[in-house]
Amino acid sequence: MDALLHFLPQVWFVILALFLFLYVMLDGFDLGVGILSLTSSDEERRSLLMTSLGNIWDANETWLVLMGGALFGAFPLAYGTILNALYIPIFIMLFGLIFRAVAFEFREHAQRKLFWNFAFGMGSFLAALGQGFALGSVIEGIRVDEVGHFIGSSWDWLNWRTLLVSLTLIQGYVLIGSTYLILKTEGELQKTHFRTAKIAAVTTLIGAILITITTPVFYETLRTRLFSPPLVYIFAVIPIIGIALIGLLLQSLNRQEERTPFIWTILIFLLTFIGLGLIIFPYIIPTKITIYQAAAAPSALVFMLIFIGFLIPIMLFYNIYNYIVFRGKVADNSYEN
Amino acid sequence: MNLFSDTVTLSRMQFALTAIFHMLWPILTTGMAIYLVIVEGLWLKTRQRDYYHHARFWSKLYVLNFGIGVASGLPMEFQFGTNWAPFSEAVGDFLGSILGFEATMAFMLEAGFLGIMLFGWQRVNPAIHYLATIMVAFGANLSTFWILAANSWMQTPAGGEMIDGKFVVQDYFKAILNPFMVNSVSHMFLATLETSLFVIGGISAWYILNQRHPEFFARSIKIVLAIAIAVTPLQIYVGHLSAEQVYRYQPTKLAAMEAKWETSPAGQPADWSLLAWPNEAAEKNQWEIGIPQGLGYVLELKPNLSEPVLGLKEWPSNERPRMVGLIYYCFRIMSGIGFFLAGLMVWSLLQWLFGKLSPEKIAQQKWLLRTWILAAPLGYIAVESGWIVRCVGRQPWTLYGEIRTADAASQLPAANVLTSLISFSVIYSILLVAALYFGSRIIRHGPNLDLPIPGVEDEPAMTTQPGDFVKDQRPVEAQQ
Repeated sequence: MDALLHFLPQVWFVILALFLFLYVMLDGFDLGVGILSLTSSDEERRSLLMTSLGNIWDANETWLVLMGGALFGAFPLAYGTILNALYIPIFIMLFGLIFRAVAFEFREHAQRKLFWNFAFGMGSFLAALGQGFALGSVIEGIRVDEVGHFIGSSWDWLNWRTLLVSLTLIQGYVLIGSTYLILKTEGELQKTHFRTAKIAAVTTLIGAILITITTPVFYETLRTRLFSPPLVYIFAVIPIIGIALIGLLLQSLNRQEERTPFIWTILIFLLTFIGLGLIIFPYIIPTKITIYQAAAAPSALVFMLIFIGFLIPIMLFYNIYNYIVFRGKVADNSYEN
Repeated sequence: MNLFSDTVTLSRMQFALTAIFHMLWPILTTGMAIYLVIVEGLWLKTRQRDYYHHARFWSKLYVLNFGIGVASGLPMEFQFGTNWAPFSEAVGDFLGSILGFEATMAFMLEAGFLGIMLFGWQRVNPAIHYLATIMVAFGANLSTFWILAANSWMQTPAGGEMIDGKFVVQDYFKAILNPFMVNSVSHMFLATLETSLFVIGGISAWYILNQRHPEFFARSIKIVLAIAIAVTPLQIYVGHLSAEQVYRYQPTKLAAMEAKWETSPAGQPADWSLLAWPNEAAEKNQWEIGIPQGLGYVLELKPNLSEPVLGLKEWPSNERPRMVGLIYYCFRIMSGIGFFLAGLMVWSLLQWLFGKLSPEKIAQQKWLLRTWILAAPLGYIAVESGWIVRCVGRQPWTLYGEIRTADAASQLPAANVLTSLISFSVIYSILLVAALYFGSRIIRHGPNLDLPIPGVEDEPAMTTQPGDFVKDQRPVEAQQ
């Protein structure tokens, strides 16, 4: 029984990590394309950018809904406390997501597209910004009392370190957005994104290096964890692999390869994610509340696991099928066809 | 108590605003999805191109609604954590699981197949496309099931008990199958279908009245009519069953729905209030028009009550809902619309039986068509009113009888909630205006009957080639 009490929250930690990773990867390129659209001066190009997302953006965004629902069900305490503490960045994200979601249809029908172009681009940017601050705050640590209720101030999330995390995340989204567009477009448009991908790869790398250095310097609790085994070995290896992957990415961009940049970027995201997950585990509110303290009753975890666990492969299957149906270069998926 | 400094009131207002706004869009998408399944099925069966064009035309309105529904749905889920953290923590074991199920089973299904349904006509074969349309409809209606199961549980908690301020679930299936669940799910399922049918019917009537594609839209009117004839009376019946359950499980809500301050004893007849002006401060109605013996007939189909119907004054003022007038009138608006729509069905059915709805004659039915147009927005008003009765009437409880709303809310600076509330008001106003504007543009533009039909090679009217898209024809300066 004791083993089960440990095992179930761990399983749910992994499932949540999976949902969050799928969200960050998939909506990451969605948001990245949105941010990139801000720099596009040409309606034709912008149409292509948005069309490249037309069939998948809402499914991609649904991973966030899944993550929210699973966090609510599996770790109710963490769900309440984290969202309560991050009220402002969460609403920045939500307002951003609202504007970009409606922009798809409204822009299509509008004669004057300027407002909805801006809503799409700025909405994507704000959503990424809010997510970055939220991520930064969770790493930084949310102030809670001994039972895990939020006791900090509503502006705790704002400081230069969370800003750094947020800007880096935005760079990461621009990077994965650029490599997605390399995959989906051709000609001039593709060339532009070879360029933006290179720039974003370098800025993401700089951000990642700064975060890697500042984290152990400023967070005492994390420092002691990081510099004791087994994390110290992992923490030594991950940056090396990361730099190697960035090198491979830049090489593939220089060779103007179409598919590999996207794959390298996904691997970079995955590596970062594994690193973050290992640093956070077994906490759900670092470094105060563990997954065991915040978990729902074992019966709830089992009940959810039966249904949701069974559905994960099915969801992955039809999402992949959706990508297969719409594979290839984007020309015109408009439903006038 | 200052309204702008009370976090609980502000959080309630924000939840009410976001829920009322959010609901507008999935109402149409869940109901219309069923219509899309029907017309696509008819097309596959008969190969009449009109049905194909119906599927294409209505899915334009569908996707416009869908986008806003997705966008406005996200804040619903996140608000449980941001504004109602103590509640989330107390009931997360059950409510969180249910929201998780809704996302994985229903919402993802709808989103995952929507791309194929909208853009996949030329990319997958018709059978797969039809499967996608069915999955979208199935997912949307499964969402209704889970959301209503969750909300019903908040009305009639079951399957566990409160221990140390936390709801401990003992039996998940009992909790899902709580007393309200079956009727509430059915009531809402029928409501989305009924609202969507009258939207489709009203728009079709507008086209026929304006002599635009009358034959084409006579088809949709008939499909709508065939379903709505069954749906409208059934909805009244399910609504009646729901009200009976309220009488049994939530007597405070029933008393507010009837603006009933004094108890009516058993064994005697009682008036059913038709119109009244409730005065909460004086705990009575300023004036009231009642139907003698009506209450007995409404609740039990006989003049004398077999059990007493309790009045609001039986409870201390902190254990009964406020805003009695709102609950009272919303209930009457909802039921009034239900009866009006059923009446419209009877009228239309009679005209149909007399052969006056044939494609040649239908345009002469001016008053019938005008009434259909008038009926288009009524479903929305009824649904929103019903939800106000359901949730304002549940007060002062969030989890009926167990957790008070005042204890369910997060401790937040009022200024934060006020700011987000104002932002929602502004953004949602913009979205509502834009959606109405673009929706009416789609309608004015009308169906594109030249769209290529999948699987038909010798299509002469291929106006849009794959690979070209509409360029902005205006000068460069005007584009910026």
